[in-house]
Amino acid sequence: MSATLPLPLPAAAAPAQPSRSYWTVVWRQLRRDPMAMASAAVLLLIVGAAVFAPWLAPADPYKASMIKRLLPIGSPGFLLGTDELGRDLLSRLMHGGRLSLLMGVVPVLAAFGIGTTIGLLAGYVGGRVNMAIMRVLDIFYAFPSVLLAVAISGALGPGMSNSLIALTLVFVPQVVRVAESVTTQVRQLDYIEAARMSGAGAFSIIRTHVLGNVLGPVFVYATGLLSVSMILASGLSFLGLGVKPPEPEWGLMLNTLRSAIYSNPWVAALPGVLIFVTSIAFNLLADSVRSAMDIRK
Amino acid sequence: MNAALAPTPAPHDMGGPAQPLLIVRDLKKHFPVRSSPLDRERKFVHAVDGVNFSVPKGKTLGIVGESGCGKSTTARLVARLMPADAGELIFDGEGVEEFRGLRLKEFRRNLQMVFQDSFASLNPRLTIAETIAYGPRVHGIARADHQARELLDRVGLDPSHFAGRYPHELSGGQRQRVNIARALAFDPRLVILDEAVAALDKSVQAQVLNLLQELKAERQLTYLFISHDLHVVHYLSDYVMVMYLGQVIESGPVERIYGHPAHPYTRALLSAVPSMDPEHRTQASPLAGDPPNPINPPSGCRFRDRCPHAHAVCASATPALRDMGRHSEHLAACHLNDPASGHPEAHQEQRP
Repeated sequence: MSATLPLPLPAAAAPAQPSRSYWTVVWRQLRRDPMAMASAAVLLLIVGAAVFAPWLAPADPYKASMIKRLLPIGSPGFLLGTDELGRDLLSRLMHGGRLSLLMGVVPVLAAFGIGTTIGLLAGYVGGRVNMAIMRVLDIFYAFPSVLLAVAISGALGPGMSNSLIALTLVFVPQVVRVAESVTTQVRQLDYIEAARMSGAGAFSIIRTHVLGNVLGPVFVYATGLLSVSMILASGLSFLGLGVKPPEPEWGLMLNTLRSAIYSNPWVAALPGVLIFVTSIAFNLLADSVRSAMDIRK
Repeated sequence: MNAALAPTPAPHDMGGPAQPLLIVRDLKKHFPVRSSPLDRERKFVHAVDGVNFSVPKGKTLGIVGESGCGKSTTARLVARLMPADAGELIFDGEGVEEFRGLRLKEFRRNLQMVFQDSFASLNPRLTIAETIAYGPRVHGIARADHQARELLDRVGLDPSHFAGRYPHELSGGQRQRVNIARALAFDPRLVILDEAVAALDKSVQAQVLNLLQELKAERQLTYLFISHDLHVVHYLSDYVMVMYLGQVIESGPVERIYGHPAHPYTRALLSAVPSMDPEHRTQASPLAGDPPNPINPPSGCRFRDRCPHAHAVCASATPALRDMGRHSEHLAACHLNDPASGHPEAHQEQRP
C-alpha cells in the first residue's frame, strides 16, 4: 500500500454533445410538455388580444346604446352580445383584459422584487435578524389574503393604484417566506462554504452563488401568484374598491352584469370565464415550469 | 501576487522546515441543545472537547473515528468556517486567533478545503471554469480564467471539453477533481480533505488518491485528511489521529498506529476493518453498541462503557495523552499504558 496504486490517471472521456446551460435545458424540457405549450398559447392569445385591443376590437368599448341592451351571444354585429348599457361585450372584454392583466402582473412583480430582497437578507444573515423579519411578516399571515386585500384597499380608499399597493402588500410576506426558506437551504450548501473559504465578501457570494439559485424557485412561486392576484384584483373591482366604471375591467364587468344573470346568463358569465381561464393557464404554466426546473441531479 | 499563483510556487515558508505548518491547541466547540424554549437547563453537545494536534510541513495527518466523533467539526473549526469556543490555531508559527478582516482572508487563502459531497460543493449555475476562477477573480487576479484552464488540465480534465460544462453533466469523480482544482486555485499550503473520496467508488477513489499524492509532492502541500475509511487513511497519511467523542485518544506515525495500536478503541477500529483475506474473516464485531450521548459524556475515560478493559479507575480519572515510547511521537490516552494509573491490567498491557 505504500507505493502508488497501479492505476493510470486517464483523461476523463469527453461527453459527445455540446454543453448546455441550465436554462437551455429547462426550455427544451418545457417545449416537450404539451400542457405547458397549450397554456402558453392560451395566455399568448389573451395577452395579445388585450395588448392590441385598440386596433383589434370591433367597436368602441364605451359606446352605449339603450335599444341594444343585453343582446345574446351571436347577435349580428355583436359577436359576444352586449352588456347592460348596450356596449359591445367583445370589445369590452378585450379592453378589460388590459387592466385585469396589469393588476394581475404588477403586484406580483413588485412583491417578487421586494420579497426576494427581504427574504435573501433574512435567510443569508440568519439568527436574530431572520427571527425579527419573519415574526413581523407572520402578523400578515394571520389574515386570509382576501380579507387583507380588502382591508388595506379599504383603508387606502378606492382607486387602481391603491388596490395595486394593497395587493403588493398581500403578496410580499408570501414571497419573503419562500425566498427565506430557499436562501436558508442554499446557504448551508458546501459551495457557499467553499466560496467563504476563498475569502469572498458576503455581497459577492450572494450575487454569484446565492441569487442565481434562489431566483428560480421564487420565480416559479411568483408565477403561481399571478392567478391569485388576478382573482383578488377582480374581487376588489367587483366590490367597488378597484377600477371605477365605466372603465372596462373583468371583475367590475362581472359586478355590473350581475343583474343580467337571469335574463342573459351566458353574457353575464363571460368575464368570469375569462378570469377563470387566464388564472388556470397561469397556474398550469407555473406547474410545468416548476417540474421542468427539477432537472438537476 | 501573480507570482504566488504560478503553477509550481516557491514555498512561502516562514517558520523553517521544522516548524509544524499547523498547531492546534485545546480546540473546543460545544453546541447548545435546547429541547424546548421553556427548558431552563442549558445542555451542550461536546462536539470537540479539547483537541490538540500538529501537522508537520509536507505531511498528511489522517483523522479517523466513528461518525459523530467530531472529525468534521474539527475541520470546520480549523478552516474558521465556524467560530471555536476556545482554542488556539498556530499557522506556520503565527497565531490565527488574532486574524481579522484582511489577515483572516490571507489565512484562508493558505488553507483550502475539499468537501465530501461533490455535487453540493459546486454551484449548479456556474460552469466549472467559472467555479474555479471565482475565488481568484474576487481577489482581482486578471489571469483567473487562464489559470482555471491550467488547473483543470492538471487534475486530468481536458479544459477544451470541460471548461464550459455544468456540474450536473459530470460524474462524481470528475466533480471531485473540479473541487480539488478549485482548492488549488489559491496555491494553498494546507488542504483539508473532509471525506473527500468517501462518496466515490473504489476505482475512482484510487485515481483521485493518486492525484492527491502527485499534487502534494508537486506543490509541497500539507493535508489534513478526514476519513472513516482506514484503508484509505493508511494509504495516504503519514500521521494518524484517532478521535472518540470529541477527544483525541491516540495519535502517531501511521505505521506505528496500524502496527502497534495502544488504545483499546484503536485496536477495535483496526480489527473492524474487513480483511482482504477470505481465510481470515472477521467473525464477531469487536465493538458493541453506539458511542455514548455526547451531551453527557461518561466521567473519566469516555470509552470506558464500551471498553473490555474498563476498571474503576477509568471512571474516576481521565487518562491523559502519554508518549508510548521515547520520542516516538506516538501518544495514547489510556490507563492501561500507565503503570502509575492504578489499573490492574496496566503492567502486562504495556507496550515495548
